[in-house]
Amino acid sequence: MAINRRDFLKVTAGSGLLLAADVSPGLASPPKSLPPEAVGILYDATLCIGCKSCMVNCKKYNSMPGGALRQDNGSIPYEYQSSARIYDAPTDLSAKTLNIIKVYRSGTGVNKDQVENGYSFVQQHCLHCVDPACASVCPVGAFHKLPGSGIVAYEADKCIGCRYCELACPFGVPRFEWRNASPKLVKCQLCRHRVAEGGYSACCEFCPTGASLFGKVVDLRAEAARRLALPAGSSYDYPLNRIGSGRSMPKKVANYYQHTYGLTEAGGTQCMLLAGVPFDKLGFNPRITDQRYPDLTWEYIVKVPILIAALLAAGTVVQRLTRNKGDDR
Amino acid sequence: MSSDHEIKTWTPHTIGLVLFVILGGAAAFYRMQQGLGAATHLNDAYPWGFWLGFDVLGGVAMAGGGFIIAAAVYIFNWKRYRPIGRPAVLTAFLGYLMAIIALFLDIGHPWRLWHPAIMWQWHSVMWVVAIHVILYTTTLAIESSPMLLERLQWHKARKAVGGIMVGAVIFGVMLSTLHQSSLGAVFLIAPSKMSPLWFSRFLPYLFLISAIAMGLAMVSTEAMLSAKAFKHKVDDEVFFGLGRGLLITLAVYLVFKLYFLVANAGVGAAFDGSVEGNMYLLEMAVGVIIPLLILVRKRSRTSVSGLFAVNLLVITGVLINRMNVCIFSMQRYNAVQRGADYFPSGAEFLVTLGIVSFGIFLFKMAAKHLPLFVDA
Repeated sequence: MAINRRDFLKVTAGSGLLLAADVSPGLASPPKSLPPEAVGILYDATLCIGCKSCMVNCKKYNSMPGGALRQDNGSIPYEYQSSARIYDAPTDLSAKTLNIIKVYRSGTGVNKDQVENGYSFVQQHCLHCVDPACASVCPVGAFHKLPGSGIVAYEADKCIGCRYCELACPFGVPRFEWRNASPKLVKCQLCRHRVAEGGYSACCEFCPTGASLFGKVVDLRAEAARRLALPAGSSYDYPLNRIGSGRSMPKKVANYYQHTYGLTEAGGTQCMLLAGVPFDKLGFNPRITDQRYPDLTWEYIVKVPILIAALLAAGTVVQRLTRNKGDDR
Repeated sequence: MSSDHEIKTWTPHTIGLVLFVILGGAAAFYRMQQGLGAATHLNDAYPWGFWLGFDVLGGVAMAGGGFIIAAAVYIFNWKRYRPIGRPAVLTAFLGYLMAIIALFLDIGHPWRLWHPAIMWQWHSVMWVVAIHVILYTTTLAIESSPMLLERLQWHKARKAVGGIMVGAVIFGVMLSTLHQSSLGAVFLIAPSKMSPLWFSRFLPYLFLISAIAMGLAMVSTEAMLSAKAFKHKVDDEVFFGLGRGLLITLAVYLVFKLYFLVANAGVGAAFDGSVEGNMYLLEMAVGVIIPLLILVRKRSRTSVSGLFAVNLLVITGVLINRMNVCIFSMQRYNAVQRGADYFPSGAEFLVTLGIVSFGIFLFKMAAKHLPLFVDA
C-alpha cells in the first residue's frame, strides 16, 4: 500500500489541531487608538438641503496642488474635455468623486427626515476609521494614518494597484482609476493639504447650513450626543463650518434617529453621521459590525511565525524518522 | 542525455497552444497600453475578478501537488512516488510562474510588483502572500533545477543542489502550507460583504485542505496524460494511492464544509435558489460529493479511468470554489448595496487562455528537452 492511511491521518489530524489551536502569543494586535487631536466631520442629514455645495467645492479644492483629485498633468478631473467645459453629474463615488450627496425617498417623498412618505439626504465619503481596514491590508503601506490628525492618507508612489483596499473597506470607499494606464486609488483624505496649512475640509467650509461640520473628533462626539438629547421641535443654535468658528444658525430640531453612525461602527470612525431615518435606509450596509476589521486578519497573522517553526520542526523530524525506511509500505 | 526525439515539437496541439499564447499576449499588450478599465470588466464593486479567482487562486491551488509529492518523496520517503516527483514539482513551478504573470497583469502598476519585497507590512495578509510567492517560487526553481543541471551536465552544481534538496523541500512544504492558507486568509477582512456560505474564520484552512485535494488530483491527472502523450508509463499503484489520499482529503473537507454550512449560513441558504446558493451547490456537487460517491466504491477507486473522471471533477470543483470565494460570494452584497455586476471581458478570457497554454507548452518542452521522467 502506497499511502499508509494511519500515517496520513496522523499527520492530517496533527496539523489540523495545530492550525485550529488558538495560539495567540504575547504579540497583541497593534490596534490604533484615536489620537487626541484627531479631526473629522459630523454630517447631520436633518440640516442638509441637498445643495451639493460640498461636492462642487470638494472637487474644486482637491484638484489644486496636493489635493486627492490632483492629476499629474494638472487637468481638471471634473470637467468634460470639450470646448463647452460641462461639469460632470456623478451618481456615485468614483475616481473623480470623493464626496457625494445622495437621497433616500419613500412613497410620496414629501416629509423631510422621515421614513414613511419621506426623504433624507445622505453624504458619502471616507469615514476615516480609527483603525482602518485599508491601511491594515495594504501590502506596501500606501494607506496610513497621519500622526496627530488621524487622517487616513494615501501615497500614490508606493501603491501597486492590487485593490485589496477596495475589497477590505467595509464602507466601499476607495475607488480605482480604471481608465488610467498608470492608475491611483482615490478617496477623501479630509483635505489633508488644507489641514496641513491650518485650514479644514472644503465640504465643511462651503456648507451653508452646518450639515457638514469640521472639528476635533472628541468635540464632534460631544456635539452629536448633545443634538440627540434635544427634544424634537425645540430650537438649537447649530454651529456652522467648524467647531469654534463663531458662526451659527438657529433651527428647529428634527426628530433624530437615536444613533450616531460612526461612533462604534467598524471600531469607530472619525467622520460621523446623524439623520432622521435609520442608516441602512441611507445605503449603509447593515452587516457592518462594531468589529475592528484589522483584527480579523491579525488573528491569522499572529499564528504565522508559530506555524513556520512548527512546520519546519515537523518536517525535519518526520524526514529523520523515515529516511532509512524502504518503500515496503 | 539528449532531447527526446519521440516527442515532436510541432504537432497540431502545440500549434494551437502557440496561437493561444500569441492571442493572450496581444490581449495582455492591450491591457498594458490601455489600462485595466479598457481591457477588463472589473469595477469598483468587483475589484477582483477572473484573473484573480481563476489564474491566481486557482493556479496556486493547482500547484498544491508540488509540495504534497515533494513531501511524500523527500520527507515521508514514500519512494513509490518518486517517478511523479519531478513533473509534480515542475507543475508547481509553472503554476506559480503563471500566477505571477497573472498578478503582474492584474495589479494597476505591474512594474511595482517588487514593492512588497522592500516595503514591509507584516500586518497585511497580502504582504505575507507576496513574500511567500517570492520565496516559494525561488524554492521551486531550486527543486526543479536538477533536471536542467543534468541536461547541461553541470555535475558539480547538480551535486550541490542534491545536497540541499531535503532542506529545500522541508522549507518549501512549510512555505506552501502557509501560502495556501494565507490566500484564504486574504478574505477574512470581508465578513460584511461575503456570503456566510463561504465566509468563516476557518477559511484559511479550508483553502489548505481543498488545495491538497486539488494537488492530488492534478498530479494524478498529469501523470495519466503524460503516460499517454509522452509514453511515460507509471505504475497504476501510484494512481490508486493518490486516489486513496483524495478520498481521505475530500472526506475531511466535506465534514468541515458541512459543519460551517450549518454553523454559519444555515442549510437553507444553499437551497434558496439564489445565485450564491446555486454556485455553492455546484461547487460542492462537482468538487466534493460526486467525486466522493465514486471514490467510496472500491471498483472505481482501483480503475484508472474512474480516477481520471474523479480528478477532473475535483479540479473543476476547486476552481469553482476559488471563483466563488473571489467573485460570487459578494454577488448579493454587490447587487443590493452597490448595484454592480461583473462578467469577464473577452480580453480576460484570452489572457487566461494564453497563460494556461503557455504553461502547458513549457511543460511539453520540458518533457522533450529535460530528464523530466525518471524511474525510481
